[in-house]
Amino acid sequence: MLGDIALLVLGAVLVNNFVLVQFLGLDPFMSVSTKFETAISTSMATTFVLTLASVCSYLTYNYLLIPLDLAYLRAFTFILVIVLMVQGIEIVLRKTSPLLQRTLGVFMPWITTNCAVLGVALLNIDQAHNLVESVFYGLGVGMGFSLVLVLFAAMRERLAVADVPEPFQGAAIGMITAGVASLAFMGFSGPTS
Amino acid sequence: MNNASLYQLTLDGLWKNNPALVQLLGLCPLLAVTDSTVKALGLSGATLFVLVVSNTSVSLIRTVVADNIRLTVFIMIIAAAVTVTDLLMQAYSYELYQILGIFLPLITTNGIIVGRADSFACKNSISAALSDGFFMGLGFSAVMVLMGTIRELLGTGALFADMQLLFGEGAESWRWELLHIDYPLLAAVSPPGAFLVAGCLIALKNQIDTCVERRAQGSAEAAGAVRSEHR
Repeated sequence: MLGDIALLVLGAVLVNNFVLVQFLGLDPFMSVSTKFETAISTSMATTFVLTLASVCSYLTYNYLLIPLDLAYLRAFTFILVIVLMVQGIEIVLRKTSPLLQRTLGVFMPWITTNCAVLGVALLNIDQAHNLVESVFYGLGVGMGFSLVLVLFAAMRERLAVADVPEPFQGAAIGMITAGVASLAFMGFSGPTS
Repeated sequence: MNNASLYQLTLDGLWKNNPALVQLLGLCPLLAVTDSTVKALGLSGATLFVLVVSNTSVSLIRTVVADNIRLTVFIMIIAAAVTVTDLLMQAYSYELYQILGIFLPLITTNGIIVGRADSFACKNSISAALSDGFFMGLGFSAVMVLMGTIRELLGTGALFADMQLLFGEGAESWRWELLHIDYPLLAAVSPPGAFLVAGCLIALKNQIDTCVERRAQGSAEAAGAVRSEHR
């Protein structure tokens, strides 16, 4: 059991990395990864939301949609749950911790449109995870996202001062480096498959 | 709406403010489903439809929605449009629906659609919002299909395989063996290839923009030189 969970988390972090192998969560990845501090705050907030979204969507699907026979509305319901959840988190943050609100709160509205969040909710259903597996899958995906985001932010701070050919400056070189990193991450797919 | 602004919208959507190459939004489907032309066509068609529907509806209700709940309302509208598209595809092209998998429901979180709703549709008339949605969707689709064809060609040496998934039985013969390669470039259809091709496309667009700008500058300088000679 514990081994299965460890494998699930490791798989989500390295083998099927959301950003580099499954392309989920790319929009914030490209726009946020230019500065190290923002990358760290974003990845913390996103990991938290991903884990919580896994739990909420699991509960909604199994205790609301299945009994009512409304499984075909799952994407619609999940996005509603995610929107409400993110706004709930924002309100709690504002009331309890102004410091956290100031550092993480600004990224909250954008997390709703991060496809990784809806993606993790849908994949949990597709892969028939139970509640514990869903929690750890969400956590693993979040850790994988954070790992790549932080690695990349460090790299792009270097790239900003590097001598890049003119047409490739900015987003283009970011894409190329992501491609090289993705090539490296493909190396992890050997041992488990 | 006059012709000048329609021209502006077309130029913005297709080139100057292209959602995929300049705004870098909707990257998730752009990279994930472009390993073949048919997948790119299917998903970009669905995105175009959702974008037009959401832009039009957002523009319709723009005066009655309170400002602080507007994003939630927009996302609900988009999710409804996506669910309709999802069920339509399930009914009419089930195999393609299965291949596209979670990327069809994920159109809801495509940054372009929320972005256009929030920055354009909720401030403009219905006809303007509709054309903006159409041209932005067209610009996105163009880049997606272009990437799909490049990656399919490099990765398999052929073009337009499996078109029957989208266009029915008659399209089976559309497959066009363009290059006869014994060892196709597998990297092109795998994830790293997606990033590399996208990076090169963005760079190509930048290069074309710089060339056009230089030429415009050059001709302006030449005109200036001619004028000073005349004096």
